[in-house]
Amino acid sequence: MAEALTNTVWFLPLAPLVGFLVLVFGFDKVFDSRNSQKNVPEKRIGWLASGFVITAFVFAVLQFVALLSLDGHDRAVTKTLYSWIPVGSLKVDISFLVDPLSVTMILFITGVGALIHIYAVYYMHGDKDYRRFFSYLNLFVFSMIILVMADNLLLSFLGWEGVGVCSYFLISFWFDKRENASAGSKAFITNRVGDFGFMLAIFFTFQAFGSLGWQDISHGASSATASTVSIIVLLLMLGAAGKSAQIPLQVWLPNAMAGPTPVSALIHAATMVTAGVYLLVRVSPLLEASYDWVPQVIMWIGLVTALVAALSAMAQTDIKRVLAYSTISQLGFMFVAIGAGAPVAAIFHMITHAFFKALLFLGAGSVTHAMDGEQDINKMGGLSKHLRYTTPLFLVGWLAISGVPPFSGFWSKDEILAGVYNNNRFAYVLLLLAAGVTGFYMTRLVLKVFFGKPNYTHTPHESGKGILLPLYGLAALAIVAGILNLPFSKDLLVLEHWLEPALEGGFVKHLSFGGGTQWVLGILSIIVGGLAMFLAFRIYHSNRFGSIQKVVEHQFFYKAWHIDQALTSFVGGKGNRMFQKAADFDTKVVDGTVMGVASNTKKLGGVVRLFQTGKIRSYALWVTLGAVALLVYFLIRAL
Amino acid sequence: MSIVAVAVSPSWYLILSGVLFSIGVLGLLVRRNPLVMFMCVELMLNAVNLTFVTFAREFGHLGGQAAVLFVLTVAAAEVVVGLAILVSVLRLRPGATADDISSLKG
Amino acid sequence: MEGFPILTVLIFVPLVGTAVISALPARFEKATVARNTAVGFSLVTLVLAAIVLIDFDTAIGSLQFVDRATWIAPSGIQWLVGVNGISIFMVALTAFLFPLCFIFLKQPEQNRRPYFALILMLQSGCLGAFLAQDLFLFFVFFEVVLVPMYFLIGRFGHARAKFASAKFFIFTMAGSALMLVGILAVALLTANKTGAPLTFDVESLAIADALSVAEARWVFLAFAIGFGVKVPLFPIHIWLPDAHTEAPTAGSIILAGVLLKLGTYGFLRFGIFLFPEAADFFAPVLMGLAVVGILYGAVVATMQKDLKRLVAYSSIAHLGFVVLGLFALNSQGISGAVLQMLNHGLSTGALFLLVGYLYERRHTRQISELEGIQKVAPIFAALFTVVMLSSIGLPGLNGFVGEFLILLGAFDAHRWFAVVATSGVILAAVYLLWAYKRVFHGPVEGENAKTPDLKWKERIGVGLFIVPIVLIGVYPRLLLNRIEPAVDNTIAHIQNVIGTEIDLTGEHESPHSEEGGEHR
Repeated sequence: MAEALTNTVWFLPLAPLVGFLVLVFGFDKVFDSRNSQKNVPEKRIGWLASGFVITAFVFAVLQFVALLSLDGHDRAVTKTLYSWIPVGSLKVDISFLVDPLSVTMILFITGVGALIHIYAVYYMHGDKDYRRFFSYLNLFVFSMIILVMADNLLLSFLGWEGVGVCSYFLISFWFDKRENASAGSKAFITNRVGDFGFMLAIFFTFQAFGSLGWQDISHGASSATASTVSIIVLLLMLGAAGKSAQIPLQVWLPNAMAGPTPVSALIHAATMVTAGVYLLVRVSPLLEASYDWVPQVIMWIGLVTALVAALSAMAQTDIKRVLAYSTISQLGFMFVAIGAGAPVAAIFHMITHAFFKALLFLGAGSVTHAMDGEQDINKMGGLSKHLRYTTPLFLVGWLAISGVPPFSGFWSKDEILAGVYNNNRFAYVLLLLAAGVTGFYMTRLVLKVFFGKPNYTHTPHESGKGILLPLYGLAALAIVAGILNLPFSKDLLVLEHWLEPALEGGFVKHLSFGGGTQWVLGILSIIVGGLAMFLAFRIYHSNRFGSIQKVVEHQFFYKAWHIDQALTSFVGGKGNRMFQKAADFDTKVVDGTVMGVASNTKKLGGVVRLFQTGKIRSYALWVTLGAVALLVYFLIRAL
Repeated sequence: MSIVAVAVSPSWYLILSGVLFSIGVLGLLVRRNPLVMFMCVELMLNAVNLTFVTFAREFGHLGGQAAVLFVLTVAAAEVVVGLAILVSVLRLRPGATADDISSLKG
Repeated sequence: MEGFPILTVLIFVPLVGTAVISALPARFEKATVARNTAVGFSLVTLVLAAIVLIDFDTAIGSLQFVDRATWIAPSGIQWLVGVNGISIFMVALTAFLFPLCFIFLKQPEQNRRPYFALILMLQSGCLGAFLAQDLFLFFVFFEVVLVPMYFLIGRFGHARAKFASAKFFIFTMAGSALMLVGILAVALLTANKTGAPLTFDVESLAIADALSVAEARWVFLAFAIGFGVKVPLFPIHIWLPDAHTEAPTAGSIILAGVLLKLGTYGFLRFGIFLFPEAADFFAPVLMGLAVVGILYGAVVATMQKDLKRLVAYSSIAHLGFVVLGLFALNSQGISGAVLQMLNHGLSTGALFLLVGYLYERRHTRQISELEGIQKVAPIFAALFTVVMLSSIGLPGLNGFVGEFLILLGAFDAHRWFAVVATSGVILAAVYLLWAYKRVFHGPVEGENAKTPDLKWKERIGVGLFIVPIVLIGVYPRLLLNRIEPAVDNTIAHIQNVIGTEIDLTGEHESPHSEEGGEHR
């Protein structure tokens, strides 16, 4: 049965691909017998696109069922469609690897994806480019499926680039604003810097293992030299940093909020940005085989990102930017988990984060909808009176991300904290601080948006059922997702057992302490989170601690530590000047040399041309003189 | 008759050819009428032809004869082209001398 | 098809077209007769090329459809044409691009007959150059190409066309003069040393391999300069931006699509094949120049103000990749390079076509004068996007497969060149995306708001490029199947000559040239 079910794996990418093609070529119009009007009803387009993603979700579930029917160690099925790039010893196939890791990913990607599609059907209502929007979304889901299902590095790279391009399309979706267009190219180009690392990693991998397949890499990891493996891991980390917005390539994500809100939720919070985490978990055996300091580097990059981004989020005034920095910060948590040898925690947090962050983004979308597109939280306030459904839903997200038990975020974040405590106590303290700041900025956000005095004049209106429905689904998931991996007993660690075969030989550090310490750690994080939230409550609700507020909302944090500014001014200033110098070099030096040779030749010609009088008799005279001269020469020689 | 006894040696022909050639050269340099200049060129060509024939006879080698035929053919072709150009030039600018036709001045 | 000299016919069909169009009386000047004739002849060529492509035996790496006849007997010069897996796609590309230029581009207002006659003659020359297996014959075709291209740019180009065409002509001419010396040298030296009669047959010259190491290196250098100008390699690329910018759209498409490939094809078929040891010796130099070209072309492209000039500089970067792959001298590198020659023809050809369409609409190519075109011409923008992504090297489209194989091959041969070249991948995104943003995104105002979208005919024109672009990206095996045997043949020959084991598959240590040469 498993065999038959895994054969259907090709329908997974096929469904959204067909959706994309149908929308692009307008095949849906063909079936439109009843109306001849130009505008196809937009809802049908949206539902069509959603339908294809739901179909993909169904097939994802089938893969899950298929794997369940197999024994733990057989849970890795490779399906090959055809040979993609075979040259010499290089053999890259279009083939999928159905294993617990990829199926886990695909389940939440298509699941959350479907919910966000449905949301978008209503959210994008009235947009002129409705069709274009949904075709991009479907293409994105297609690429994302390729990314996680691919059984080799190169095919994964195809999906990797595909999602990057879709992200570019969707960020600059409303391209008639120059900022949006710039944000799109910025995202793509920043990602390309990461791709540089990814591509080099592919070359090194092929040289080291003679193959690009995940399984060959896993099996060969232990026999390769540590230096090569370390280089590969660090290069992949560069790629992951680009896609998952880690320092120093995090600058694109805040700008990416220029895209429509469903895009921010789907691509820039729940799915695409987690691809880097997935990638590193996938090559976990390489981490195991690399030098000890390599995972430490990953952990510290994640940690610094988590802290810096969290400390930037607390000063933002744009609701989506708060969430964007929060996403960067949460992704940092996941990288910390990977670096600390807790890949299961990373995946766990990735899943719960997908639920609650998508919920928060979609909730934010509902809020801005109500505010007629206003995104500045200083111009909101007291919305809980008007948005009777959105408010509680948003609050669920708030509690989940802030790490309040029993919401899902608490469990996953705690697992990461435990993993870090296991590894490095100092890092643990910093991460705990980042977790506290998370509670702080989210509380600030909630208070400024939903409570307090209203700073607007019109009457906000609650969103329709279509928008709220997916929110209910996500909220439910955000509440209960914690049961995937409860730390109370070994049997409750469902996710860990499930992922075990896929992480075989991976970089996994088992906790060196017992349940008691875990309880202490859990309580500690509740206390820190609670204190932070209380502080935020005092500042933003009771209007106390004005001086702290000033520090928190300082320009330095608002500008996200001036990192983006510094980079932009470098690229726009020095970089631009260097490029211009190269261009000038081309016209002045290279072309100048050539033209110089040409003009000197011309000058020489100017001298010689004096002989060309155009008079035939003068030519004849020259010829005669020449002939006579020759004659004289021969005569003299003969004598 | 004793005059006949004076054999006409090849050098006579060569001298004649030299004279003809010099006349041609001088004519080419001195005259301005393009048609006359043309005739001078022909004269020079035929002077050379004479040399060819002389040497062919002298050395008993057919190469010289063949060369003459070549020259004759080329000359004929050249006359055709040259005269055609000349006629069209004179049609444009009647009474033009060779010195007037200098549009190829560099 | 046995015995039918299909390749010879293939070369001469366009030439007959030239003759027919030249013979057309002047009263047909205004009508579309000249164009239809040209379309007809180019379509016949396309059909013949398709037959060759279909009949082509994928299992054979050596020459197929060989036609041989004595041409200039005393010098041993032959009419020798044949096709292998490397040249077949160049032939196919040539046969594909020309009818496209006839059908999907506006014909000039005046001088239509010379326009079409010249382009057909150009096609003949290109086909001949790709098919010739006799060095002398190759040189003849290589030079024949220059003449129609010179007039095409000079007479039908834009404002500074005369200047650009002269520059183009002089540059290539200077390069090929050196190459002629090289050709004569290799043939005469070989004949001298082996005592065999003089021949210009590439295969027999390669097998004889009679030149000493020093001689071979000098002759290779002469070839390298001749082909390097054509490719063009940095720093002798400077004719290209002018020629591209000033040429009419058809000229640009053909120049980028076909003519530049004469350089890279020549490198592979004549430079590397005849002088493997010298090629290996100079590989670091040429790869270095290629890498410089990749980065330099991209950086300079970024700062261009003229859209067409930008595409021209991007060609320099792309051709840099091709040269990089060729001199990796391994299976992946060369296969990737051959594939990339085709890819560049498709993606850059399509880019020039689109820029041409844009120019027809807006009568400007200045990036600063264009903005927000996507709003009024969404289909134009969509097609441009696909072509742009192909040029950037997005996986799933053709450009990626070629670039990836090239870099992988180069990585095996000379790691650091590949590492630096890979950063060209970032730069490609920078210049194209930045240009796209400025031209297609942003608010649309004034003249830009009146830009009409692509007509159906034009959409088909671009679509014909996009089909192979996607197909090669998704299923490159169609091509690689045919390319690989020929590439393996070439590599086997290189191994034979150098005598040092080069692993076909990788772990290729640059064999030391001195030892390679001594024992012959």
